[in-house]
Amino acid sequence: MLSIKNLHAGVEEKEILKGLNLEVKPGEVHAIMGPNGAGKSSLASVLSGRPNYEVTEGSVMLDGKDLLEMSPEDRAREGVFLAFQYPIEIPGVSNINFLKTAMNEMRAYKGLEPYTAKEFLALSKEKQKLVEFDAKLVNRSLNEGFSGGEKKRNEIFQLAMLEPKLAILDETDSGLDIDALRIVSRGVNKLRSDKNAFIIITHYQRLLDYIVPDFVHVLSDGKIVKTGGKELALELEEKGYDWIKEEAVS
Amino acid sequence: MINQLETPLYESIVAKFEIAALQSRNTQIGDLRQQAFDIFKASGFPSPKNEEWKYTNVLPFLKDEFELEISQDELSEATFDKVAKMVTTHIEAIQNSIKGEQKGAYRLIAVNGKFNETLSILPEAGKIKIQALSAATEEPAFIQNFGKIATIKDNAFAALNTALFHDGLFIEVPKNVSLDKPLHVINVLLADANVFIQPRNLFVIHANASLEIIETTITNEAGHTIFANGVTEIAVAENAHLHHYDIQTGHKGLRLVQRTEATQEQHSNYSNYTFTLPGTELVRNNLILHLNAKDLESHLYGLYLTADKQLVDNHTEVHHKMPNGESNQLYKGVLMDNSKAVFNGKIYVYEDAQKTNAFQQSNNILFSEKATVNAKPQLEIFADDVKCSHGTTIGQMNKESLFYLQSRGISEQTAKNMMVNAFAFDVTQKIKIAPVRVYLEKLIAAEMEKNVH
Ligand SMILES: Nc1ncnc2c1ncn2[C@@H]1O[C@H](COP(=O)(O)OP(=O)(O)OP(=O)(O)O)[C@@H](O)[C@H]1O
Ligand SMILES: [Mg+2]
Repeated sequence: MLSIKNLHAGVEEKEILKGLNLEVKPGEVHAIMGPNGAGKSSLASVLSGRPNYEVTEGSVMLDGKDLLEMSPEDRAREGVFLAFQYPIEIPGVSNINFLKTAMNEMRAYKGLEPYTAKEFLALSKEKQKLVEFDAKLVNRSLNEGFSGGEKKRNEIFQLAMLEPKLAILDETDSGLDIDALRIVSRGVNKLRSDKNAFIIITHYQRLLDYIVPDFVHVLSDGKIVKTGGKELALELEEKGYDWIKEEAVS
Repeated sequence: MINQLETPLYESIVAKFEIAALQSRNTQIGDLRQQAFDIFKASGFPSPKNEEWKYTNVLPFLKDEFELEISQDELSEATFDKVAKMVTTHIEAIQNSIKGEQKGAYRLIAVNGKFNETLSILPEAGKIKIQALSAATEEPAFIQNFGKIATIKDNAFAALNTALFHDGLFIEVPKNVSLDKPLHVINVLLADANVFIQPRNLFVIHANASLEIIETTITNEAGHTIFANGVTEIAVAENAHLHHYDIQTGHKGLRLVQRTEATQEQHSNYSNYTFTLPGTELVRNNLILHLNAKDLESHLYGLYLTADKQLVDNHTEVHHKMPNGESNQLYKGVLMDNSKAVFNGKIYVYEDAQKTNAFQQSNNILFSEKATVNAKPQLEIFADDVKCSHGTTIGQMNKESLFYLQSRGISEQTAKNMMVNAFAFDVTQKIKIAPVRVYLEKLIAAEMEKNVH
């Protein structure tokens, strides 16, 4: 589904991703861990098309289409979704109108009729329930005055509504209380299918108890330096990252 | 006096006045015209050396050859048909964009300032008085207010309008009367040559009465330049309410300078909503409120979306003269292309105006690196127990927000549109008439659509 080859990217003159390779197949869940500043969010940014990032080398293909050539909105329409590490507040834009606009623009891209108000409402109700998202928040301004955890939950609510092919969760677990973590994980698990894939960026093994990954990668200094199964996360939790860095150097 | 030789208009105005003075038989008006003319003649059109016109140089907009003589005859059959068609198209466009929101409105048509009764749909006779200003000169409300509200001293344009206005609207709402629907005033500007039009209106709202006025402007796009120099005087009596909307759409070749000056009495509310959209080359709105009694409120909301080389200037003055007055100003601007906006808001709190509450805010976002804003609050406070606040911001479109919306599959265009609406929201939510809000939002969306980069 997703094929990243020798990806070099940075901001202004600073190179952040330094030859990153990653293959993701439908149905898979990939966890990406790694020290602060390693480039995890940068990878998410490059995949979703954040404007200030510049790709200097390498390729990213999504089901045979060159992702790097596309505008951020077209990437989303092709099925890429990023749950932001720091979701932004947009006062004056209502959460629900925003989602409706998003969904209908995506449907138009696929040549589908827009949802009727009724269809949309029904769908929204169903997904709210799935991720136990407070109905009161749905009608407020986008993320405005939301608590940290509410913002993260809103990301997952949007994920549930938009049903992307490839979902990237950037530290969605940080800021969530224990119950919320369980609810969000359950939601993600329900959304998993053999047609979609998840890239889960996290610092904590705990999340991976709930959302069990097929692969765990360690991203350090702009590259994936180690890949393993779910046991790797446990090992990292115990030993930290230094042993891998040493391994990578030797 | 500055050199006016570059504007042939000045010369023709001086010549024209001698004739107009002879024609004016009513002495009240005749004397006023003479006095106003002397003021204009002495100062001429304002140059950027005039502090009030520092950022808005009008002289280039006055260089063309303009016809001053506007026909005051009844419209010819062909012109009537043309105007009727323009009005119908305009109404249809509005109704299309406010589907499902129809509440209906009375309709008042003015062609180059002249009241056209045949094309108007007015409330039943006796409810409110609507007539041509020229026909109202014997009305007590006219005698009491006309020429007594607008300040012509140091205001060349207002003086010029007073000296040479053609005609305009006289609207009077008697005591205790409230109209069941808003009054939609459609200002039709027609030109078969370059014209300099000077409409003059007087609105009088008596005690306990209330009115909602929505003004829109339409023009025939015949490639001629239209310079409209309008003055509207407004008197809002005790406990009277006037909600005054002005939706300024236009096109290249249209230039607009206007002065809206109001007096307010106790417990009254005058609320002005001025919305300027791309098109009109030059817009200079002067909005002046005199809070002549205690315990009253004024609201001034402005929204300008500017494009191309447009120049949009809003000057406000709020005069708090008595205690316990409240004024609230919120102006928001979105600037695109090479456009330029000016906001100058003056608040005067007189010595007697204790416990005044005056608030002013002007926020702008630049959508283009070539757009500029000059925003300046000016407070002069002579009372000690007052609450006044003001703020000005000039910022850029938030790129993070834009990216967030796009990352959910929303096109850049729609995303920008959503953000402009969000930015404008604190102003648009103040609009009390839902169809007006919807219409405005549609106008904004259509303009944003055009502005694809
Ligand atoms: N706009 C920017 N300008 C300059 N440097 C940047 C910018 N954005 C990110 N960086 C740098 O790139 C590096 C990688 O940042 P990134 O946010 O991708 O790290 P991360 O792996 O997500 O870290 P964390 O675990 O703390 O979230 C950091 O050194 C960061 O300071
Ligand atoms: Mg990060």
